[in-house]
Amino acid sequence: MSTLFDQFDVWGAFWMTIKLTVLAAVFSLVIGTVVAIMRLSPVPVLRFLGTSYVNVFRNTPLTLIVFFSLIGLWQTLGIELSAQLSVNAFRFAVIGLSVYHAAFVCEALRSGVNTIPLGQAEAARSIGLTFGQSLREIILPQAFRGAITPLGNTLIALAKNTTVVVTIGVAETAYLMSKVNEDAADQLTNVFILSAVFFVVLTIPIGLLTGRLSKKLAVKR
Amino acid sequence: MSAGVLFDAPGPKAKVRHRLLGGLGLLLIAAIVALIGWKFQQQGQFASAKWKPFTQSEIWNSYLLPGLQGTLKAAAISIVFAGVLGGLLALARMSSVRPLRWVASVIVEFFRAVPVLLMMIFSFGMYVQYNVFPDAQRPLAAVVTGLTLYNASVICEVIRSGVDQLPSGQREAGLSVGLSESQALRTILLPQAITAMLPSLVSQLVVVLKDTALGYNVLFNELLYAGNNASSNYSNLVPVILVIAVIYIVINYALTKLAVWIERRLARRGRTVAGPDAMAGGGLGGSATGPDLSKNTQAA
Amino acid sequence: MQIRRMSAVAVVAAAALTLAACGDDSGGGSGGGGKVTIGIKFDQPGIGLKQGEKYSGLDVDVAKYVAKELGYKEGDITWKAAPSKQREQLIKSGQVKMVVASYSITDERKKEVSFAGPYFIAQQALLVKKDSGITDLQGLQGKKLCSVSGSTSATKLKAKVPGVNLQEFDTYSKCAEVLASGRIDAMTTDDTILSGYANQAAYKGKLQVVPGVGGDEIYGIGIKKGDTATCKKINDALKKMVQDGTWKKAVETNLGSEYKIDSSKNPPQPAACS
Repeated sequence: MSTLFDQFDVWGAFWMTIKLTVLAAVFSLVIGTVVAIMRLSPVPVLRFLGTSYVNVFRNTPLTLIVFFSLIGLWQTLGIELSAQLSVNAFRFAVIGLSVYHAAFVCEALRSGVNTIPLGQAEAARSIGLTFGQSLREIILPQAFRGAITPLGNTLIALAKNTTVVVTIGVAETAYLMSKVNEDAADQLTNVFILSAVFFVVLTIPIGLLTGRLSKKLAVKR
Repeated sequence: MSAGVLFDAPGPKAKVRHRLLGGLGLLLIAAIVALIGWKFQQQGQFASAKWKPFTQSEIWNSYLLPGLQGTLKAAAISIVFAGVLGGLLALARMSSVRPLRWVASVIVEFFRAVPVLLMMIFSFGMYVQYNVFPDAQRPLAAVVTGLTLYNASVICEVIRSGVDQLPSGQREAGLSVGLSESQALRTILLPQAITAMLPSLVSQLVVVLKDTALGYNVLFNELLYAGNNASSNYSNLVPVILVIAVIYIVINYALTKLAVWIERRLARRGRTVAGPDAMAGGGLGGSATGPDLSKNTQAA
Repeated sequence: MQIRRMSAVAVVAAAALTLAACGDDSGGGSGGGGKVTIGIKFDQPGIGLKQGEKYSGLDVDVAKYVAKELGYKEGDITWKAAPSKQREQLIKSGQVKMVVASYSITDERKKEVSFAGPYFIAQQALLVKKDSGITDLQGLQGKKLCSVSGSTSATKLKAKVPGVNLQEFDTYSKCAEVLASGRIDAMTTDDTILSGYANQAAYKGKLQVVPGVGGDEIYGIGIKKGDTATCKKINDALKKMVQDGTWKKAVETNLGSEYKIDSSKNPPQPAACS
């Protein structure tokens, strides 16, 4: 076990996974909320765009999306997010993860909206609130509360899905594992157990926390 | 609730505004698409040499179709195994025997927490080291192992939440006609729960199908792996990946549609837990039945 | 119970049969009409490339010649993908008779398998755009380099040129794609693999190999550990291949006319079998 730590940057890999998770979580929440609003909006074109967004990104394997965020944006469009290529790849990994999980955040929020009784929206409209106002004041606050459990599940999925960005060479946990597999195959069991424990430690609290939060914040009906 | 109730029917002014907004949105998208297209063009990604292979049978017969077959095979085997194992785990998790419940919970929580990719890489390494499975089948076995373990625990939870959402009278009625707890579970609750959760089980199939793409890490001949080989031969990486993405989207979109269709049928029979999808008009996603469905369409 | 035991027996019997069948497949010994399975790369132009249902490359030509000398007809060869991570396992489990897949002879690997050959000595090199102005290692200072995750060539280069900016992918094809677009300046691995790309129709005239930036990679043919009989036969075949000019032709057609064969090292003298 100790040779594993001497030979490979185990903590660096774990830290990278955490960084990817946190950043992608923030961005996917923002993008997902925007897409959800588009899907609920009165403008048909926006609704169509929102729906297409979800259909495209939810149905494509994450590996392809991550790879395309680097190939499409960096190679083709020439957008460079950092002169340091490892940082550049990391940032595009965050973009790929965010774009993909935003589709799930959107669906989680929509299911949160589905838990709101019809009367709420009707009441908002009857006191003259516009779409934007009723969304801001009435719908979204309740939708977020109702969506905590699915959002938590998205976050757990996101934490685990960060392993996919090994495809563009970001040095996170799966990268560590494939490197160990190549350089020191006898350590494979150790590194797997270690990584598994790491992910259990990372994700189970998220599940417990969101479970508790959703009970605490549940809208009393 | 329906999206329609979020806003009033648009008046003449609002209609103009919506058209304007819509037009602007479309223009923006068109501009972005055009920019990407132009840049692709500049880099020669539309060069006929890169796309010509797709008009010939070789790339399909030697690469993509066998790859697609691998993807579908792994997905089909995994979903069957995951369904069976998930059902067993659900039974164990809801059983009246405490240790059984406890063990099942630990298994489910563990495999839900560990990334599928890690499970694939690890099981592949193990099969190689201990010579389990014939060599040719090892990548498939590793892919199926990873997908089965993860999806079985998700399916277990889907079934459990389906049972939780059934009216408690169902179980009580079963007990009162003299069924034991486990009999009531097996003959009354589970059949209803599984029918009710059918849509989310189908959308789990989308997850499985997408996740087979991780198999190229363990050298499994699925669509992505085949595409990699193809692009080495024709030097057309970007076109190949675009085509592969379209194939995935088409298949998965069809599966999602199937899930929605099943859901509607069940809703007509009054069987679903959450009632019909109120957003039917614009609802193309699969998460319309409320939190549980979207919860289970997570994770790729 | 009876049935269960019966089925167990059946399973064992079936397994034994399968094993026996496998043995027939790859064993063949001196051949003569038998079938043979050979492990090659499927995705390396110039080395081992799957082209539809056909295969091409230096490794493929060497394998074909050796197989012919061992007494197999070309139609009797079954090609199997042997990516770097799987090579030892393919040999040890008897799934392939030999692996010819840019397989460098190292002491580490000799513990697991035996090597015939070597049949080629490659060198670590750089692949750059024609007009890049990078001519040696020092030209790499501050430049963007691409390699495959976990490969040793990138690690070695990084030690020599600390200022290099490294991007990693999971395949060399992705590196080549990004290199051709000009987003990175160079990629590194064996000069044979790089020449394969430089020589591919899509990249011809655009990319260029900068030789001699690292140590030798001695390509051998991996076979089952301790199989000296086969090793000797393969070595004889390799010697014959060099003598009758097939070797030179194979190198030229697969690595391109621009590839400079380092004649002080190539063709190498096959090492003694042990």
